[in-house]
Amino acid sequence: MTDASLPEERGHAPARRSLTTLDDRTRRRNRAETRFRAYGIAAIATGLLFLAILLGSILFNGVGAFHQTFIKVPVYLDPAKLDKGGERQVEDIKKVSTFGYKPLIQQGLFDAVQEAGIDTPLESAKDMKQLLSASAAAQVRDTVIANPDLIGQTVEFRLLAASRVDGYLKGRVMREDVARDKNIDAEHLDLTDALREAGIVTKAFNWAFITGADASESRPEQAGLGVSMLGSFFMMLVVLALSLPIGVAASIYLEEFAPQNRFTDLIEVNISNLAAVPSIVFGILGLAAFIQFAHLPQSAPLVGGLTLTLMTLPTIVISTRASLKSVPPSIRDAALGVGASKMQAVFHHVLPMAMPGILTGTIIGLAQALGETAPLLLIGMVGYIATNYPDGLASGFMDPNSAMPAQIFEWAKRADPAYYERAWGGIIILLVFLLTMNIIAIILRRRFERRW
Amino acid sequence: MSYIKMTVSTLAIAAVSATAAAARDNVQVAGSSTVLPYASIVAEAFGENFDFPTPVVESGGSSAGLKRFCEGVGENTIDVANASRAIREKEIKACAENGVDEIIEVRIGYDGIVFASQIDGPAFTAFEPSDWYNALAEKVLVDGELVENPHNQWADFNGDLPAVEIAAFIPGTKHGTREVFEEKVLLQGCEDTGAMKAMEEAGMDEDAVEHACMSVRTDGKSVDIDGDYTETLARIDSNADGVGVFGLAFYENNTDKLKVATMSGVEPSTDTIASGEYPVSRPLFFYVKKAHIGVIPGLKEYAEFFVSDEIAGPDGPLANYGLVSDPELAKTQAKIADEVTMGEGM
Repeated sequence: MTDASLPEERGHAPARRSLTTLDDRTRRRNRAETRFRAYGIAAIATGLLFLAILLGSILFNGVGAFHQTFIKVPVYLDPAKLDKGGERQVEDIKKVSTFGYKPLIQQGLFDAVQEAGIDTPLESAKDMKQLLSASAAAQVRDTVIANPDLIGQTVEFRLLAASRVDGYLKGRVMREDVARDKNIDAEHLDLTDALREAGIVTKAFNWAFITGADASESRPEQAGLGVSMLGSFFMMLVVLALSLPIGVAASIYLEEFAPQNRFTDLIEVNISNLAAVPSIVFGILGLAAFIQFAHLPQSAPLVGGLTLTLMTLPTIVISTRASLKSVPPSIRDAALGVGASKMQAVFHHVLPMAMPGILTGTIIGLAQALGETAPLLLIGMVGYIATNYPDGLASGFMDPNSAMPAQIFEWAKRADPAYYERAWGGIIILLVFLLTMNIIAIILRRRFERRW
Repeated sequence: MSYIKMTVSTLAIAAVSATAAAARDNVQVAGSSTVLPYASIVAEAFGENFDFPTPVVESGGSSAGLKRFCEGVGENTIDVANASRAIREKEIKACAENGVDEIIEVRIGYDGIVFASQIDGPAFTAFEPSDWYNALAEKVLVDGELVENPHNQWADFNGDLPAVEIAAFIPGTKHGTREVFEEKVLLQGCEDTGAMKAMEEAGMDEDAVEHACMSVRTDGKSVDIDGDYTETLARIDSNADGVGVFGLAFYENNTDKLKVATMSGVEPSTDTIASGEYPVSRPLFFYVKKAHIGVIPGLKEYAEFFVSDEIAGPDGPLANYGLVSDPELAKTQAKIADEVTMGEGM
């Protein structure tokens, strides 16, 4: 400040400079700055463009999975076929497998078509089976077993339509493509159009996609993400329960208590290294350590969680140490000064202040673990796995299950194009979860962070 | 506060590890990705119709599945291995070493391997095994002499095929499909083109001839696909001149993108495969650990359900999906009912 206010020495300057007229050098510098700003804006614009394309294509491809085609079919539950004993005993009714229900449902659909007065070249009930999902029989059978008194009545069911019919109404299956498709032909599509007009075929929001279990390759219309969501949930519980206490304890010791020497330096370097190790390496480690050595069960969320814990720990240690470091030393000194022990100073004063940072780091670490697929491939979480809802806490941890990203990967591999749509839909759900977690992290940081 | 949190977490971990010893109550299956769709269809129907939980089916390839199958006996090992080829002597031996000496072999049916290209691509409509041998083998017969494969285009050796660069996508060596492709297509082509005879005359022994016939060129014209058919489809999608090897069921689900070629003049379909007219087909199997029957609930029921007429018969859901049902299904059913293991009573 004082230098600037010194009187200017006159006479020495070779050219007169003015603040109001720009000389060449200033112009050049200004141009350079403008250019740099333009580069910056261009970079951000490119990034935004790609983000928009990405989100756009995810929504475009995946939104179909949230709508599903249903067919309303009145089914006559024939006592002669479903309960030969006539006593309505659940044991007797269970003897009739889903194959026994199929003809009844097909007949029901055939009658509905006749009643609606739709003209179709399909002449028998059996010809119409391509319209219905293979899951229909199971749905009707479950209802009957739960309520045997329905036998003998005509009950209206809302059944899933086959994936080809659903694809046709969503514009995925084209008329010109079905010529060589043996799963469906043009007559079925004509019938679908007529049924849609008659209000028998309807489209509705597909809750089963969010809550349901995985389905086999022959019925993509039934597949849902619910069970693998539970798998992810149990895995995250394991990750949280292990990596938070271990990570925080390790960082507190390293930051506050450990002596500074070569050994702790080595540990520090290795933690940073671990954070950069590709996740597939942890998968191999998990397979060798937890399954082959410790004999934990294959495909269990417990093993998945343990493996992901290994991956998340370094992230949590690094972020916890950073937030411990950011607590000013004066706080520690003041605590020690009024007679607190070192441990009291850390746990009563430093740790509470570092908590927002620790929580943010943990949530980000969890979000990373939630979206991780590679290690799960190696511990057997990909395939037709996520089929049974866990019945209780222990079963949630120990029974084979998949995880959301692994389920999406599996769907993307399957032959039926309808599964492709499901995979995109699954990505939407996964992204919603990740966004929610990140928003929680941001809110926590905003609310509790203190600046000095 | 942190103390409480830590104590609670530690307790939770302890509780979880205490339950680790709980018994397994579901059937676990792993193996061939070709059999996976069929196994998943059966597992789903099994879960719907029985009081047992739905079996769990993992993929990973026939060899990987059999390797895990042979790891030993006990709840921690899988109960059933799916395979798109028969189990090998070597694998049976490895199994026996680990205490898995009683294996029930179950043939579920046949699967066709088809050759398909992009629907709007060049007209690949008819192949002979010799075409594939000429296109892909390491050494081929040109003017009566064995030379390093000089062919760049399909039309170079067969004027009926399109004059486009050879780009073939074949299954990688970890797939059971590859073995069938080598035996039924390359070896056959080797014989048909006369290359086999030329090799024999050159003084090579039988094994060396077979090996040479099945060697695939490594100059990039033939690409091994180690993933699934979805990957092959993606490659064909982006390369109009590409020709790929698929399973029949996969092709039937993607007729809007692929067109299939005949092999030796026969169009692949469940009928031509069942009758044996279509030359490139193979049996599909699964293997059951007999020691687990009675220990793992539902295992025998699953195996019996798999080959029941309702499921694996000509009108069942498996045939609907593309499996060619086995004419000797009744024999297989009896075999499971009596729990006949490999090497006894056959």
